[in-house]
Amino acid sequence: MLDSKIPAGPLEKKWTDYKGHCKLVNPANKRKLEIIVVGTGLAGASAAAALAEQGYKVKAFCFQDSPRRAHSIAAQGGINAAKNYQNDGDSVFRLFYDTIKGGDYRAREGNVHRLAEVSANIIDQCVAQGVPFAREYGGLLNNRSFGGTQVKRTFYAAGQTGQQLLIGAYQALERQVALGNVTMYSRHEMLDVVIVDGKARGIIARDLISGKLERYFGHAVLLCSGGYGNVFYLSTNAMGSNVTAAWKAHKRGAYFANPCFTQIHPTCIPVTGDHQSKLTLMSESLRNDGRIWVPKKKDETRRPNEIPEEERDYYLERRYPAFGNLVPRDVASRAAKERCDAGDGVGTTKQAVYLDFRHNLINKYGRTEASKQGIVEPDETTLVALGKEVVKEEYGNLFDMYEKITGENPYEIPMRIYPAVHYTMGGLWVDYELMTNIPGLYSLGEANFSDHGANRLGASALMQGLADGYFVLPYTIGNYLSDEIATKPIPTTHEAFTTTENAVNERINKLMGIRGKQSVESFHKRLGKIMWERCGMARNAQGLEQAIREIRDLKDEFWRDVRIPGSIDELNAELDKAGRVADFIELGELMCIDALHRKESCGGHFREEHQTPEGEALRRDDEFMYVAAWALKGEHDWELNKEELKYELVKPSQRSYK
Amino acid sequence: MEHYIMNLTLKVWKQKNPASNGKFETYQVKNISSEMSLLEMFDVLNEQLISEGNDPIAFDHDCREGICGACSMYVNGRPHGPWHGTTTCQLHMRAFKDGDTIVVEPWRANAFPVIKDLVVDRTAFDRIIQAGGYISVNTGNAVDGNTIPIEKEKADKAFAAAACIGCGACVAACKNSSALLFVAAKVSHLALLPQGDPERRTRVLSMVAQMDKEGFGSCTFTQACEAVCPKEISVTNISRLNAEYIAGGLGSDKDYGHQ
Repeated sequence: MLDSKIPAGPLEKKWTDYKGHCKLVNPANKRKLEIIVVGTGLAGASAAAALAEQGYKVKAFCFQDSPRRAHSIAAQGGINAAKNYQNDGDSVFRLFYDTIKGGDYRAREGNVHRLAEVSANIIDQCVAQGVPFAREYGGLLNNRSFGGTQVKRTFYAAGQTGQQLLIGAYQALERQVALGNVTMYSRHEMLDVVIVDGKARGIIARDLISGKLERYFGHAVLLCSGGYGNVFYLSTNAMGSNVTAAWKAHKRGAYFANPCFTQIHPTCIPVTGDHQSKLTLMSESLRNDGRIWVPKKKDETRRPNEIPEEERDYYLERRYPAFGNLVPRDVASRAAKERCDAGDGVGTTKQAVYLDFRHNLINKYGRTEASKQGIVEPDETTLVALGKEVVKEEYGNLFDMYEKITGENPYEIPMRIYPAVHYTMGGLWVDYELMTNIPGLYSLGEANFSDHGANRLGASALMQGLADGYFVLPYTIGNYLSDEIATKPIPTTHEAFTTTENAVNERINKLMGIRGKQSVESFHKRLGKIMWERCGMARNAQGLEQAIREIRDLKDEFWRDVRIPGSIDELNAELDKAGRVADFIELGELMCIDALHRKESCGGHFREEHQTPEGEALRRDDEFMYVAAWALKGEHDWELNKEELKYELVKPSQRSYK
Repeated sequence: MEHYIMNLTLKVWKQKNPASNGKFETYQVKNISSEMSLLEMFDVLNEQLISEGNDPIAFDHDCREGICGACSMYVNGRPHGPWHGTTTCQLHMRAFKDGDTIVVEPWRANAFPVIKDLVVDRTAFDRIIQAGGYISVNTGNAVDGNTIPIEKEKADKAFAAAACIGCGACVAACKNSSALLFVAAKVSHLALLPQGDPERRTRVLSMVAQMDKEGFGSCTFTQACEAVCPKEISVTNISRLNAEYIAGGLGSDKDYGHQ
């Protein structure tokens, strides 16, 4: 059994006690300690800024041309915090409870409670940085609702919350760059961790413009490199999002936890054809005001607005009256799939459902506006026009984006949406201090596995990324670095740096030397198809076993026949992508192995063999109440380590949103 | 929406590295669906080039949903192409018709040197932010968010300015390669908020000085920047910057080196 180092004591006191007793590094010693941060999204940028503010010497790396472009920027709907500004019954406990329940009882209580505790500080910090959150007319902060909760605790900036939070963190980071406390390496990709005497002591990074390999020392290394949703090829992730940094750490001995826990987001723009390079999310916040439905009649040919109310199946409201359209993502996604599998889907592919704003446009926003403006007995056209203005302010950028992609106006015609891969709850195994099982190697944000169990609630990814970076890691890293104050910087001529760089170099040359016939993209697409069909929204033993065989064959074929144009010593996007796809192929195999071994359904992991008569996920707490942390032993060979999940406060039960 | 298929001619800027001379290359692409984005059309072209044993075209892109600011193509004489308020990645092929010729170039500005093909170096923008595009507040000092009420109108205006994605289209569109809309968006975002007030005088002077140092040109207010901005950042922000700059200069006895 793995030790997660959760502090003793009552749940609500653990973090306070930890902070009161962890070891500290004095300011003079902080200036002697160097920290490497890989990735500059919310977790990485906030950690780099916060650590540099304290005096540590930070080196930050991102593969993009600027840290401001990390994929956190694309998060839309909002960030949760237990502020209870709405006086609607929210509290630290309730945010903690919702998150544990939403995660289907596969997350650690200690971590999640800490997350809920620091959530309020995040909002304050962001406001102080100048993040322009949405406000009420009285000048105070506004909130909206998200799935899996019955309170309004989500702070937002229209449909661009991630952008605004990232810019806040980016500005804090650039301030530290200007002060000389952070050295920024953009267009650099981490390709290995350097381990000296069992501790993480540096990285090998590739300058993506010159193609040169470079060595960097750090007393500690933080991997804040995001999730691995692009293993599915089509996902809402950015094109460059990849697992490489985390996977290299895994290959050096770091455990990879719960890899099969993937979040399929219910509201995305459906696939239109083979040319498609990515999928676009339509924020969950739209389920505040949009109602999801399919026609009751089979082979319906009428346009959606021509179908009368009584001939529509608002299936979420029907199946889950208590939460309605705001059930958690895993539940909403499966319900959409169930309707489409039953033949009730809409659009040309029949793989879509409607997300319809008309009702709230008229009744919620239109009527309020009419009342404010003193319009007596407004007609429907007036109500629609008035409602549109409000909706535009709330979600305008999302509606515009939908129209640009589909050519249809969602103010007039219901959106067509379908589930798509969005987030990965699994990731590098970390203990309470966010340290992997390799001393000195930490993982923050989506790259780790820690807080969301088997399903993440909406608006919690931004919360976790910033919690880890601003408020958790700056404390926990001191507990480790306090013992490193006498460690002199290790020269990068050290043998460990040389052998690690040689291994990286060898792999790149091997890739370039294949000179096969098939493009990197074609392999990525084939991997994605296997993963989506066999390890997607529904999984079964037979399919997973087949997927493992197919992925092994694909790996052989890749290393025999991939074609990478150009050369090593130049900007070569195909070479960058080849390295990432090679890692995705290996990860894909592990995901299927993990999904096969977990003979239960929980959260986003739905095994068809394990469901209730109503088709809900059926957990098996007696056998699977643990974190599966996999250690790599050799090619196609992993060893399972377990971390038992103990629930002190919450009593796990079958999740009910009815 | 009716979909259609088209064949197109592309004239694309190819340049091996910063030191070499670039030139336009002509390519033919077939069976392009009107449902594709422009970048997906480039994916098709690149796959075709790779299968023929040629080098693909290098271009910056990442989120492909109009928010990261990475994509940066000058399409038919206009940054991000013909659609208003749209990034290159969100420009869809239904903007074109069968038989069209599409000319694609990188951003052109001295402060944005070409790295390869359509990829340019925009780190000058990061250095402008480093010069003062932030509020100096360390982590952990903040008071409760609701102790700072902000007029909704001001908050909305600050948000509209903060929506800048740092893509550089404003620079690419400007005949002087001025970055003033980019700088003005950040100055406005922070000057409109009470949290940004303590540093507003020094911020504007430092950021403008850095902009000049990077080699961006002067603003002659042609408003070409606003016309092409994918986030529709308004030139009223430039007017606000000018007011801030004058106030900053009057209130300061420091020499910020601005010519």
